[in-house]
Amino acid sequence: MAYFLQQLINGIALGSIYGLIAIGYTMVYGIIGMINFAHGDIFMVGAFIALIAFLALMALGVTMIPLALLIVLVVPWRSPPSGAGQWNASPTGRYANPFAWRLITAIGMSIVLQNFIQVAQGARVKPLQPVITGGYEFFKDGDFTVIISNIQILIVVTTLVLMTAFWLIISRTALGRAQRACEQDRLMAALSGVNVDRTISLTFVLGAALAAVAGLLYLLYYGVIDFFIGFVVGIKAFTAAVFGGIGSLPGAMLGGLVIGLIETFWSAYFTIEYKDVAAFSMLAIVLIFFPTGLLGRPEVEKV
Amino acid sequence: MISWHEDPVLKVEHLTMRFGGLVAIDDVSFDVGRHDITALIGPNGAGKTTVFNCITGFYKPTEGTMELRQPEGPAFRLERLDDHQINASARVARTFQNIRLFAGMTVLENLMVAQHNGLSRASALTVGAILGLGNFARAEKAAVELARHWLERVGLVSRADEPAGDLPYGDQRRLEIARAMCTRPLLLCLDEPAAGLNARESDGLNELLYSIREQEKIAIFLIEHDMSVVMAISDHIIVLDYGKKIADGTPKAIRDDASVIAAYLGVPDEELPDAVSEVRL
Amino acid sequence: MAEPGISFSQRVKTALWDSFLAGLIAFALFSLVLGLRTEDNVTGLTLQPRPMLLATAVGIVFFGRLLLNLFVWQAEHPLTASFAKLFTREPFDRRDVTVLGGTAAFAVLGIIVAMLLGAPAYALIATAVLVFVGLGLLRRAIVYAFPDLPYARIFVVAGILFALFFPLTTYALESAFHLGMPLRYWFDLSILVLTYVMLGWGLNIVVGLAGLLDLGYVAFYAVGAYTFALLATHFGLGFWICLPIAGLAAAAWGIILGFPVLRLRGDYLAIVTLAFGEIIRIVLLNWTEVTNGPNGISGIPKPTFFGLPFAPFADGTTFAQFFGLKYDALHGIIFLYYVILALALLTNLVTLRMRRLPIGRAWEAMREDEIACRSLGINTTITKLTAFATGAMFGGLAGGFFATRQGFISPESFTFIESAIILAIVVLGGMGSQLGVAIAAVVLVGGFEALRHTDGLQTFFGEGFDPALYRMLLFGIAMVGIMVWRPRGLISSRAPTIALGDARPISADLVNEGRA
Repeated sequence: MAYFLQQLINGIALGSIYGLIAIGYTMVYGIIGMINFAHGDIFMVGAFIALIAFLALMALGVTMIPLALLIVLVVPWRSPPSGAGQWNASPTGRYANPFAWRLITAIGMSIVLQNFIQVAQGARVKPLQPVITGGYEFFKDGDFTVIISNIQILIVVTTLVLMTAFWLIISRTALGRAQRACEQDRLMAALSGVNVDRTISLTFVLGAALAAVAGLLYLLYYGVIDFFIGFVVGIKAFTAAVFGGIGSLPGAMLGGLVIGLIETFWSAYFTIEYKDVAAFSMLAIVLIFFPTGLLGRPEVEKV
Repeated sequence: MISWHEDPVLKVEHLTMRFGGLVAIDDVSFDVGRHDITALIGPNGAGKTTVFNCITGFYKPTEGTMELRQPEGPAFRLERLDDHQINASARVARTFQNIRLFAGMTVLENLMVAQHNGLSRASALTVGAILGLGNFARAEKAAVELARHWLERVGLVSRADEPAGDLPYGDQRRLEIARAMCTRPLLLCLDEPAAGLNARESDGLNELLYSIREQEKIAIFLIEHDMSVVMAISDHIIVLDYGKKIADGTPKAIRDDASVIAAYLGVPDEELPDAVSEVRL
Repeated sequence: MAEPGISFSQRVKTALWDSFLAGLIAFALFSLVLGLRTEDNVTGLTLQPRPMLLATAVGIVFFGRLLLNLFVWQAEHPLTASFAKLFTREPFDRRDVTVLGGTAAFAVLGIIVAMLLGAPAYALIATAVLVFVGLGLLRRAIVYAFPDLPYARIFVVAGILFALFFPLTTYALESAFHLGMPLRYWFDLSILVLTYVMLGWGLNIVVGLAGLLDLGYVAFYAVGAYTFALLATHFGLGFWICLPIAGLAAAAWGIILGFPVLRLRGDYLAIVTLAFGEIIRIVLLNWTEVTNGPNGISGIPKPTFFGLPFAPFADGTTFAQFFGLKYDALHGIIFLYYVILALALLTNLVTLRMRRLPIGRAWEAMREDEIACRSLGINTTITKLTAFATGAMFGGLAGGFFATRQGFISPESFTFIESAIILAIVVLGGMGSQLGVAIAAVVLVGGFEALRHTDGLQTFFGEGFDPALYRMLLFGIAMVGIMVWRPRGLISSRAPTIALGDARPISADLVNEGRA
């Protein structure tokens, strides 16, 4: 029971990270109907930027952890890091083009980002000593203690705050309105005076910023990163986005939690070697049997 | 005399289609005569295209039966067939409201694709034809001849090698009909064939449909908004409104039917006499 | 292109501002990931600043964008237009003559200066520019002189003839004159390129003709390779028995994996096939009893020449003994070259034939409009599965060949990146175009394998520069670049499969690539 509870907590923390990344997928797919293949790698670049920023701050003598954390949190936000690369090269202005073009361009971007980091920072695994330690004893059952660590609390709280902020952007601001308009009908939105290119670019950048924050949280949570983490994490987050229902923010969060929990419990109770098989099977099952997701709108084929 | 009840090619009974809570078609029954041009009319949203999609297998009806009767041999229950079998076995062909040609293929290729099943048999599961066995060459020649025949009928022979997507709108409509005819149907279903055509093209279409009925001896079943077309060429008209059949008869009978006029004018029943007298002006 | 009537100084001002912004973004982007490098240390990670590298990167972005702004994007007459004219039949005007002549003169000057200064690498680049302009002009001259020749056909025939005689001719020359040509490397590279040509053609059936975006093609390559390897090592079966079985096994898997994805299209289909590919790889990695896990299968026998082994000694007669030749390891490699050439050409011939058969037309019709297909009585389930199975079969054959050529296979050879490369070859080549796929395979795989061995680059980037490290980075940049330059791929027209009169190519704008 205690073990189960501990896994539940771990799963929720992991699922929050997936949820943050899933938002980027869900928004970009919702608006231009394209799987942004490079999104997982943006998450990876975000993690690297966070790592280097931490090291730089420590080298400069900023040892006050909360301050360092705050600065690092702001870095990915202010200079949309990899978002800008994505911004210029991604097929934003050319959404009218054939979709194979978009997919190949995005895969190309993904290869570029991965190998850029590999060349710039080396292929080896990068460890970071724990920045946030400690936690609360939550529950005791025999000799097994259920612990909620501070970092888990940070992850969940950050996710909740960002989710709320994001939801407000989508539902209350002009940008959000433009986004929803583009999602429905790009041509009509353009005719009504919405700057479609700009809206799509901003969607990319916002999604990228969230992925970068997720990268930071991942770094703090696991303490090691390498240039290849984006692929599998990206796949899982995409599964989460589809499972929750493409285009739905709460859906992305819900999907992220489900995927995080499944992964954690699979690793806890079944074979860890086939952990990724479980993730990929989930993806296939979700896409084949629940293509509209839990909170998505059903799509009717028009004849 | 009501000929369509005597020898129907298609007998639809109690057809009902629900999407969730929405009832798109509500207990509709009608017959389509074997050698008739039958029109399905009704205001927007009356469920005409839904009826078509049920007949041609793109929707599975919630209730009801649709029976396609061969001249000899067995009758097919359309609601039990897969969509491709409705063309391949029951020989029902259709066109689409927003034209669905293979835009990147040539006009001739479009007509060759329509003869897929016959040619496929002749190609001996492809493997035979790759090895040069069988009589595929002869079958392909015959298929090209049939395609050329239909291109002549619709006046597109000179454009046979152009991509279908390059044709003007009216030509695309006619090509879609030619493509459907290349499947050698017993029942040809046309979803708004005259939409977007100018007066001259529309007359040409009427002639084409007449000639198909006279020479091929098949049934034509069409959805149409243009009343002049419908009244001019139909032998039999079925009127739908809000998913229900409200009238069924010869053009003359339909023209005089009070409920049809009301449906088109959107007038409540009590004001009907006034509206009808106004229309007669 | 800028609107006319804007003064020069204004244009420079906008260009400068735009480039400054780009440089700023580049600085923000690169300052952490490029300007600081994490180094492993006894105490953990430390940072090593690289200000020069950062400055160089930002400088390249700033000046590159400035030049592009001034001379291409905002210029009244973009410089690139003159170069683009090399590939068309439009007449030159005086500006084009100036630009091209200036470029050529500059290149010649560059060669001379580089030679004088003793920097051969720069001379190489200048020569490349000169050759580019020269070839372009030559092309135009030929087209101008003989406007009606069937160039595409001549190109194809020449390519096939080259592929047929290249190894024999070079081998004969080398044996006769001992020129010191790196034949072994050339043949290995050619075999690699041909393998990818074959894979590209195989996937082209699925993606280019049937319009089914498949990102897990490597799974069938893997199935073919493992089937071949297991049959050959466990049961001692020969090459010509194992190979067809490998193809059939892959085709069977094509059908098995095709069933669940029948309803999916576009990006969703791509992602699910990716998942299948990864699942198969992970299973190969972990199912140690059969596949020997990450250690792979080794000792896969090489093919024999109709029973004659390519070995210095053998129990029976060897190839060299039978023909009275001196043993040479190259014999076996040349034989492998012809095997993969034959397999690739077989793939091509079968595909070209199938395009003209009902099944091929049904594939293309399904790519154009699946609903219309069904309304014409075509069983799209069977049509899709045959496309998956046929494509998978050729992938499996290529996999079998790969196994026997390498003699060793492990799951590492079948990662997602392989699928991405093969799909990129198909899309970059121009979906559905056999010639385009072949060109893309030669350019991408050949070009970037060759980069691994280019020593000249060290002169630019210093001794520590390892081109192999940058291979994938350049590969990714090339992928994005080609897609931006030609979104429809290199060859973007479709040839009709049947005609009443003259068959003319169809512009790609009309051709659907499957619905998203």
